[in-house]
Amino acid sequence: MNLIVQTILKRLALGVVTLFFVSLVIFSAIQFLPGDFGEAVLGQAATEETVAAFRRELGLDVPAWQRYLDWVGAVATGDFGTSFSGRASSGVDRSRPVMELIAPRLENTLFLASITAMVAVPLALFLGITAALWRNSIYDRVVNAMTLTSISFPEFFVAYILILFSALWWGLPTLANITEGMPFWEKVHKSLLPSMTLTLVIVAHMMRMTRAAIINLLASPYIEMARLKGQSRIRVIMRHALPNAWAPIATVIAFNLAYLVVGVVVVEVVFVYPGVGQLMVDAVASRDIPVVQGCAMIFAATYILLNLTADIIGIVTNPRLLHPK
Amino acid sequence: MTETNTYSAASEVASTITRRTRWERMKITLSKAPLTAWFGMIVIVFYLFVALFAQWLAPHGEADNSFAAYLPWGEAGHVFGTDQIGRDVFSRLIYGAQNTIGIALATTFLSFMIGGTLGLAASIRGGWTDQILSRIVDVLMAIPSLIFALMLLSVFGSTAGSLIIIIALLDSTRVFRITRSVAVNVVVMDYVEAARLRGEGLGWVMRREILPNIMPPLVAEFGLRFSFVFLTIASLSFLGVGLQPPTADWGSMVRESASLMQFVQYDLKSGLTPLLPAGAIALITVAVNYVVDWFLHMTSGLKD
Repeated sequence: MNLIVQTILKRLALGVVTLFFVSLVIFSAIQFLPGDFGEAVLGQAATEETVAAFRRELGLDVPAWQRYLDWVGAVATGDFGTSFSGRASSGVDRSRPVMELIAPRLENTLFLASITAMVAVPLALFLGITAALWRNSIYDRVVNAMTLTSISFPEFFVAYILILFSALWWGLPTLANITEGMPFWEKVHKSLLPSMTLTLVIVAHMMRMTRAAIINLLASPYIEMARLKGQSRIRVIMRHALPNAWAPIATVIAFNLAYLVVGVVVVEVVFVYPGVGQLMVDAVASRDIPVVQGCAMIFAATYILLNLTADIIGIVTNPRLLHPK
Repeated sequence: MTETNTYSAASEVASTITRRTRWERMKITLSKAPLTAWFGMIVIVFYLFVALFAQWLAPHGEADNSFAAYLPWGEAGHVFGTDQIGRDVFSRLIYGAQNTIGIALATTFLSFMIGGTLGLAASIRGGWTDQILSRIVDVLMAIPSLIFALMLLSVFGSTAGSLIIIIALLDSTRVFRITRSVAVNVVVMDYVEAARLRGEGLGWVMRREILPNIMPPLVAEFGLRFSFVFLTIASLSFLGVGLQPPTADWGSMVRESASLMQFVQYDLKSGLTPLLPAGAIALITVAVNYVVDWFLHMTSGLKD
């Protein structure tokens, strides 16, 4: 048991170190901005005093390491600074804190991701495991060719094909303009098309990875041994294959949930879904760096956390660590 | 005794076992290719042809907006109509092939130059070089690449140059990983040791000793990376932060014509316009994936 705790702690420490470096990278984004971006944000008519005040607010008058520490401290308490937009040269400051912009949208994005995951994960596991069990059959080949095709499609292509079908025959809402306080089922109804798009994209990835993991496992000598002993197919899978399969399956699920976090950006833009991804794209277009940093930090942290969870599940369910010699 | 003995074993052997030429071997391999691979190769050749000869194939100019806006399909010689400011959609599709494929190819080459060289260097040198490079790559890979690309583009602005460099850098992490993982198995071979002992430099060992032995996985990876880069650039352009107008590019063409989709009940053809560039993107990535799939099957000799 000690060995497991040790491995998990090691992995957690590695995750923290990665998060630290990622925050360093995201923070340094603002360093590379051209020197006169104060004028660019505030407009050409900005007085020298407002520009100087703006630079002071961003802390450009203190050394970079101190600014980084301040920034990390603020981020740890959920404060990503204030957005660049809404600042005018007149000195009237209508900008909003980044967190205020992100919070309601994060909720929407997580809603979309979770209803997608609830459908996609069981479906992909079922397809992947059955394809692995009956490999090289017609079923396997059809599923394989279909997923290879849908992996190669860009998300927006899948989205527009679904919109086309919907406009012609299904009559589903193609604009996912969900708002706060909307009844739950109405929200689900409005986000049907975006979550269908995401499902189609990630089921393909997840199914292929599950299939490869299971086939890899079934090819190992101890499974062959169990079969040669004359054990039933079900028993071979449940007793022998499954304990070793938890780790790869957990990795596959976490990897694809992480992929979901990235995939939402394009899908949110297609369906005008009010989520973090769309906020980020808008912020990139208007070069609103604090908002971009906030979104990037949230996406990266989710991504790292999900991968960390997968690793820890892999460690906890590893039979070799559970029963040390 | 004027008769001389003209018999030579070597000539007889040479006459019976003629070595197949490269062309013949290629023909045999190709004849065994599955249908999907054939489909992929034909599509790729067609795309390359269109990309190379876009200037001669396109009936109108790339940014020629001298026509009426939103003409329907087939009107006034515009096969797929015109877009929102009166540019010929068919011509822009053809020019889009040139721009999008060109930029994706340049990016993939650059990312292989960076990632491949560093990966080989890390595996040959080992020790600290390997440790430092691998840890940097670990950190960079912990950030989803589309998010990272969006962030960097917001800082550096969206030009073709910064697009190529940013995506190549992000993508080179994956090239680094695969190059390093296949090269470490070759580095321990005796002939590499021999080359080092006779005093060859790092560059020679990389190019002449290791690279020829790790070519097949790298070629397959090139195809996969190309389609991935292609999709990333298309997505970024679709989001409006990739290639900037008036450059014709499939991703931004989808975005510009997306609103036509709402009218598909009333005019099916016009409503399909956004699907043309989107389908063009999908088709080439499918084609590349099919060919890579076949290539992997062939070179690995594995069934899975």
